[in-house]
Amino acid sequence: MNRSQAKLTQGIDWPIVGLYLALVIIGIMSIFAAEYRGDDNVWYDIIHPNKNYSRQLVWFGVSLVLAAVIWLTDSKFFTATANLMYAGGLLLLLLVLGIGKDVKGSHSWLVIGGFQFQPAELTKLCTNLALAKYISSQETDFTKLRSRLIAAAIALIPAGIIILQDETGLALVYFSFFLVMYREGLPGVLLVIAFSGIVLVLSALLVDRTVLFSIFTVVTALVIYFSRREIKRKRSRLAIILGVYAFCGLFVMFVVPFVFTKVLKDYQVRRIEVMLGKENDPKATYNTRQSMIAIGSGGFWGKGYLKGTQTRYDFVPEQSTDFIFCTIGEDFGFLGSIVFLAIYVALLFRIIFVAERQRSTFTRVYAYGVAGIIFFHLAINVAMTIGLAPVIGIPLPLVSYGGSSLMTFTMLIFILLRLDADRQMVLR
Amino acid sequence: MSVFNQPRKRVIQLIILGMVTLIISRLFFLQIVEKKYAKLADANAVLRKVVYPSRGIIYDRQNRSILGNDVLYDLVVTPASVKNIDTAYLCNILKIDKEEFKKRIINAIVKNGRVRQSVFAPLLAPEVFGQLQESMYLFSPGFELVPRQIRSYPYSAAANILGYIAEISPAMLKDTANYSSYNSGDYLGFTGLEKTYESVLMGQRGIQYLVKDNLNRPQGAYENGEFDSAAVAGKNLRLSLDIELQQLGEQMMKGKSGSIVAIDPQTGGILAMVSGPSFDPNLLTGSNRSANFSKLYTDTTKPLFNRAIQATYPPGSTFKPMIALVGLDEGVITPSFGYPCRGAYYGCSRPIKCEHHDPGHAANLRLALSHSCNAYFSHVYRLSVDAAKFGGIKEGGMQKWADYMNTFGFGHKIGVDIPSEGRGLVPDKKYYDARYKGSWNSCTSVFLGIGQGELLLTPLQMANAMCIVANRGSYYIPHFVASIDNDDTHLLDKYKKKHEGAHISDSAYSAVIHGMTDVVESGTGRIAQIEGITIGGKTGTAENYGIINGVRTKLKNHALFVAFAPAENPRIAIAVVVENSGFGATYAAPIASLMMEKYLKDSISTKRQPLLKKVMETVTLDQSLLAKSHLDSLNNNAIMLKKKS
Repeated sequence: MNRSQAKLTQGIDWPIVGLYLALVIIGIMSIFAAEYRGDDNVWYDIIHPNKNYSRQLVWFGVSLVLAAVIWLTDSKFFTATANLMYAGGLLLLLLVLGIGKDVKGSHSWLVIGGFQFQPAELTKLCTNLALAKYISSQETDFTKLRSRLIAAAIALIPAGIIILQDETGLALVYFSFFLVMYREGLPGVLLVIAFSGIVLVLSALLVDRTVLFSIFTVVTALVIYFSRREIKRKRSRLAIILGVYAFCGLFVMFVVPFVFTKVLKDYQVRRIEVMLGKENDPKATYNTRQSMIAIGSGGFWGKGYLKGTQTRYDFVPEQSTDFIFCTIGEDFGFLGSIVFLAIYVALLFRIIFVAERQRSTFTRVYAYGVAGIIFFHLAINVAMTIGLAPVIGIPLPLVSYGGSSLMTFTMLIFILLRLDADRQMVLR
Repeated sequence: MSVFNQPRKRVIQLIILGMVTLIISRLFFLQIVEKKYAKLADANAVLRKVVYPSRGIIYDRQNRSILGNDVLYDLVVTPASVKNIDTAYLCNILKIDKEEFKKRIINAIVKNGRVRQSVFAPLLAPEVFGQLQESMYLFSPGFELVPRQIRSYPYSAAANILGYIAEISPAMLKDTANYSSYNSGDYLGFTGLEKTYESVLMGQRGIQYLVKDNLNRPQGAYENGEFDSAAVAGKNLRLSLDIELQQLGEQMMKGKSGSIVAIDPQTGGILAMVSGPSFDPNLLTGSNRSANFSKLYTDTTKPLFNRAIQATYPPGSTFKPMIALVGLDEGVITPSFGYPCRGAYYGCSRPIKCEHHDPGHAANLRLALSHSCNAYFSHVYRLSVDAAKFGGIKEGGMQKWADYMNTFGFGHKIGVDIPSEGRGLVPDKKYYDARYKGSWNSCTSVFLGIGQGELLLTPLQMANAMCIVANRGSYYIPHFVASIDNDDTHLLDKYKKKHEGAHISDSAYSAVIHGMTDVVESGTGRIAQIEGITIGGKTGTAENYGIINGVRTKLKNHALFVAFAPAENPRIAIAVVVENSGFGATYAAPIASLMMEKYLKDSISTKRQPLLKKVMETVTLDQSLLAKSHLDSLNNNAIMLKKKS
């Protein structure tokens, strides 16, 4: 008996399991805090799953079963079926475009026998597997541009379909795969370009276009002046500098205005403008403002579990799903928030540690993918609740209410644990 | 072990730490440096007041507001905060006893729990509100006065179109998928336009933070209103409805059961939609709403039933233009096609009677339409469905015919912008196969040719069909809302799209339109004539049956009339049904004609005032139903109340 038990859990990475459980339990407690009203009959609500927290308990149970099934599956199954799952995932996404149901303005839900399910969540997993499979295959030479473009396409095709479903927020998460590709050898200069790109977009939105254009011109003139010796030696330098100048100019004068008037939806533009402090639309600021009041009122120590007043009186909308961090900020304060964030950082660092100890490229890429996805969700979600990012409806991993999300993250993590347990094998 | 690219691990870890540091520094600012947030959340220091937005107003086509907002106050209670108050004094103001007070508190706890607000006394009378407001500080924070907007209807018309608003029910509050933005005590649209356009009419509530003193009295804005969110008023709707036309229609339908639907064929905008008998919308507003609702609900004349979109009728002879169009388009007849009718159709075993005997009354399509020859259209219907090119009725003929009907908008919901629209019934091949187990032919369904038999249409569908004829094939989905102020929704997109009906040739439409102008000029519908305006119309008298004491009994005929005018450039298409009254020409045509005159000429000529008076005085509702109905006294009460205030 003892021996078989030892065998059953052999190779499991307990720190990750522990951090996973900690986050899920904190999540259920927070959903409970967001919903509980002084005189609710808790046991009745748990037995009849008619509240979000009791439903989340059910989802947790289902997730544990899934975790067990994954643990008992052969690692080779995941490498063998990665491409198949990716194809299936894309098919599901297209299916939703056709027969999906509108829930709160996004056309991204499938309804099966009374249950609502968001395939866009699940395809994160499929995409991660497919990307790992592609990068780790023997024919792929990731130093070649061709391979990099293919890898980028694998990551971005699902995102494209999801944008068609009006779930721009969920699509954004797919950019986290560039973190993996960076780890696998995408040139570091891309990070710098991406960062400057963000700065460029922000300045294009915040600063008047003509002013910005003049600044570019002055900066370019200065750069040419100071590097005139190098330019003399190498004519191509001048071309590069002028090319960057032309690109920035075109981008600011034409691309950004075009995207804002033609591509993005009105409400998305409004949210971004509110976040940048450009527009004071009460409809768009309401959520962020209430969320900031809830978090800010937590102070250093917090008000104590179930004592938050903002949370109790329904002032914050979407309290159990996208704005769950409010409950933590209000009830547990600055200290509690730091501890909470520390648990995430510990989980992310542990996943990176696990990634680096692999023999198989497949598992390493997969593990970095998991870390990237969790990190993007965490960063965007929390930044949104404290007014650093526009309101984008993506959940806090393992913590927010929602069955599709909890199950997807459970599968992501437990497949990683399964692969890690077989780290002596070389998987492709 | 993979050592490839190891330092990049450090970069990724640094990115993660950098982002988390950014978040933590922001949290430090929010939670520790800035004290405003803590104060905002502190109920003892700052009073948080929910500001309710004003609900959108609805205007008619001439920009007259057909409903307005009045403000009344609810006394709401938070049971957990009721402490040390002078209960006797409160009971005295509200004129209730201690028992009732306790009962209401318990009800509130059962309904919404201890810490949430529930309505304690809804929509207070002005004098009670005045008394309470002065001494409110004695009862806070457990009790609070919350303003509620109720609707008022200056024209006392269009009740079934506008719908009503009422307090959200506990069951709806639990349905978080659809009603997550509502709180208990909120009002929302339950029927009609109020329901369909709830999302634009409702607006968004705001929050105001006020500094208060030790007696809970507000002293002014907190931090100059920096944290306030202004309420966003609901958007106004602008209808194609003409409220005076609507009023005229409702007056004419008094004492009758039936409906009027008038549409502008050039836009699909509905000009009037009357369901008779109608009720005063002011009955369903204010504190008597639920009492009045149950009276209306149980009334013998069924005023809450919107007959214009929910009731279905056999169209009778008003259907003949459509039969002609199908026949012409399929090529089984031409405009000059004639039928030797001698007073009945003998093509099937049972003769179908016709009103005319003289030979030549159906010598061509125009004559057949204006004389409404039953034999002619029975014959054309059979020619259409039996046409050889579709392989006979069972192969494709019946289905082809049903397809034509679908393109005319029959047999399915058209998509008007108020809820509960009916479908009507267009029998097709499947229907007859199931009903007659395969042994049927064109004689089985020959009554469809004269708009009888299984066919059922809503008055809205009949009026829309007139739009199709008037426009020679095209139509817009009938709708009330022409525009929404500052519209950023796509609710109206489907009403701006032009639909092409069956691709029937222009010459076929011309032939039918000529026949229909003859109906009013020289045929069965002469009573509908208006000086100086050419009208295309068709009368109808539909046989119908009801189940009385378990026996299928023939009831008095429905009177119908459909029309459009002016025939050269149609601006109004109309359908009128008067249930169980008699001939279409006698009961329905005058109503349609007077409606068209009012709309096209803005008033009714003195010459026709006697006709108007006669129409208004005609009562066709069954006396036994009227004797038990309280509708008239209810409507009179509502008018009295309005005059008082």
